[in-house]
Amino acid sequence: MLFLLLLLISVFLTIQSHSFHKSQVITSANFVSGGVYKRINAANEYLNLKTENEGLAKENARLKSLLFNKKDSLIDDSKNLPAELSTYKVIQSKIINNSYGVHENFLTINSGSKEGVKPDMGVLNSKGIIGIVEHTSKNYATVISVLNIKSQINAKIKKTNHFGTLTWNGKNTGYVQLIDVPRLATVKKGDTIVTGAQSIIFPENINIGTIHKIYTDNKTNYFTIDVKLFNDMTSLGHIYIVENKHRKEILALEAKNKDE
Amino acid sequence: MNSTLLINIARFIILILAQVAFFDKINFLGYINPYPYILFIILYPVNANKNGLLLASFLLGLTMDMFNNSGGVHAASCVTLAYLRPSFFRFAFGLSYEYQTVKINERLTPERFSFILISILTHHIVFFLLEIFRFSFFWNILFRTVLSTIFTLLLCILIIYMFKPAKN
Repeated sequence: MLFLLLLLISVFLTIQSHSFHKSQVITSANFVSGGVYKRINAANEYLNLKTENEGLAKENARLKSLLFNKKDSLIDDSKNLPAELSTYKVIQSKIINNSYGVHENFLTINSGSKEGVKPDMGVLNSKGIIGIVEHTSKNYATVISVLNIKSQINAKIKKTNHFGTLTWNGKNTGYVQLIDVPRLATVKKGDTIVTGAQSIIFPENINIGTIHKIYTDNKTNYFTIDVKLFNDMTSLGHIYIVENKHRKEILALEAKNKDE
Repeated sequence: MNSTLLINIARFIILILAQVAFFDKINFLGYINPYPYILFIILYPVNANKNGLLLASFLLGLTMDMFNNSGGVHAASCVTLAYLRPSFFRFAFGLSYEYQTVKINERLTPERFSFILISILTHHIVFFLLEIFRFSFFWNILFRTVLSTIFTLLLCILIIYMFKPAKN
């Protein structure tokens, strides 16, 4: 029966999208929805021109100050966007659709494989990280937002270098959770959380947010930390996509270890 | 016949565009969105081919899933609503609905209201069940569904009576 057939297909697609990573069949990274989102965004952009300009001006000022005070940038190189320019390739792009109202949030950006965007590249802006590229088409790509309960990103506490995994509990768009932080770590409200060195997607020391609240899990001896994001995920515009040029090499090396 | 086909194609495109460009961006209270795009299924001609409606609803839901990166959740709830629609007609307008010319977009009677309400509820409940399968935020999703149902219902009724086609 037609009804059962169609229902089965849709349930199959639902389950497919649930299993982790690279499984989605139907995404907004395609000619039709990408094109529609691009046009909608072009109209919306005019309304946000002012805030967008302010953000760019601020970043411009920060980059200028880095340029004029080269000594400072040597001491505090963590503030520099691409920490090691030789390892990371940076592509400039723009978000044309942003979702933050559901539990699995995706963004659509208007660069695709034509510009060199590939799955598993990191997405960030001047304030901090945004997500990881999931699917690409010729001109568009979808990005798993950090506000996605499937998202897992390696992060650390800047002061103490203790690592944890950045996840989202699906509740508040302003806060994400850093889990599996060892109890040995000294954590304080207000400390900065940045991306960790174990990540082969993001450069180290990219800003994420500050510690807002600390919970201790009695069963596992780990901290769970509420992190207040630097980024307002509900209002995003221009972004950078970073690619770790050594990613393949690292992955191949790690795969070798597993084989032995 | 040909003009009803054209009207329905236009409705399909306009409702999806309105949903994607406007209603998906409302995010009332941070995350509650109405889904008035299902008006396409509610307003589909009563006596038209049932398989045609099923296929059109599947396509409608699939397009929504494409825009929302949501797998097949919209498609499943749309197909279920399309399948159950004749039973809802019988429930709301009585057994002989097929011989009368039931028109949804006319004066709001209790029959029409109950039909629209039960249609929206069905769509949202299937939507809700599939979301629960995907995650485990039971109360959160229940809360969203109830609010979203009310929101959709109000908007659907508003849209129907705002764009009531001129009678000839």
